[in-house]
Amino acid sequence: MDRNSFQQGIKDGIPIGLGYFAVSFTFGIMAVSGGLSVWQAVLISLTNLTSAGQFAGLGIILAGGSYWEMVLTQLIINLRYCLMSFSLAQKLRRDVPWGHRFGVAFGVTDEIFGISAAQKGKVHPSYNYGAMCVAIPGWTLGTLAGAVSGSVLPVFIMSPLSVAIYGMFLAIIIPPSKKNRSVLLVVIAAMLLGTAFAYVPVLKQISSGFAIIIITILVAGAASCIAPVEEENPA
Amino acid sequence: MNHNIYIYILVMAGVTYLIRMLPLVLSRKEITNRTVRSFLFYVPYACLAAMTFPAILTAPAAEGMLVSVTTAAGVAGFLAALIAAWKEKSLITVALVACAAVFITERIMVLAL
Repeated sequence: MDRNSFQQGIKDGIPIGLGYFAVSFTFGIMAVSGGLSVWQAVLISLTNLTSAGQFAGLGIILAGGSYWEMVLTQLIINLRYCLMSFSLAQKLRRDVPWGHRFGVAFGVTDEIFGISAAQKGKVHPSYNYGAMCVAIPGWTLGTLAGAVSGSVLPVFIMSPLSVAIYGMFLAIIIPPSKKNRSVLLVVIAAMLLGTAFAYVPVLKQISSGFAIIIITILVAGAASCIAPVEEENPA
Repeated sequence: MNHNIYIYILVMAGVTYLIRMLPLVLSRKEITNRTVRSFLFYVPYACLAAMTFPAILTAPAAEGMLVSVTTAAGVAGFLAALIAAWKEKSLITVALVACAAVFITERIMVLAL
């Protein structure tokens, strides 16, 4: 354990934990209003620690989708963690026991990856543990608070909260779209295809989980062939 | 429901953890294939964009409110979030701006109709 890294991780993790609380609050509300128990909603957050994957997974649970649909959806939606883990694998100090990688892996989220990638030089796993010590309680307790209050909050509060998660998604994808034309085109194409899968006859028969998988593979695949990224990360 | 909720949760958590863990534990070298790197780079943007739109338009679906009201609120929430995100506001700020736009639109339309 490296005390300085751990404390720095806690410090950098605080804004993340607060942000997680707000978003997972919405997740708790949605899970309970869909028919899950408070305990089940909290268990999902504690074991998954991911926003997009959980919201998509909840949709499949509520729709009674197949387990395979769940596997594929989680695989596609969380595929970005694969890239982050590959990147983090280069960044972690190698003089620290390899077993720590199993622990660090649990906390690979967009935000924790972001702050550890931004550190200078190699990162000690204690830094990630520090951030996880704030982020995981923030995410789990937010879900608990949302799940408990979801059933008592009036409609005029519930309805606006339902767009919070989409607001966060836009906050993640729009700023890079300003700087990178290819990303902008990817975002627009995915939204247009999303609209097609929601409203065009035949296409709209496909469940939303599979539609997202198909759109992601089509758009990211086309973009990687038409506009492969340069060696330096462009965004 | 034919499916067990705890198996769903196990599948979700298991797949998500494996995706995070395997590259960290197994990879000793960086991915060099440019197309694979590019694909992985674009995945989050395509995925999050497809999940957001058009779902955000129909998300504010409160019982007892007209569809025209909630759809207008969804459009307002989308545009407000788009502007806030374009100005590179933080995640929480963008989320709250979207919620506020939905809230205000629903109140105004309920009063107007």
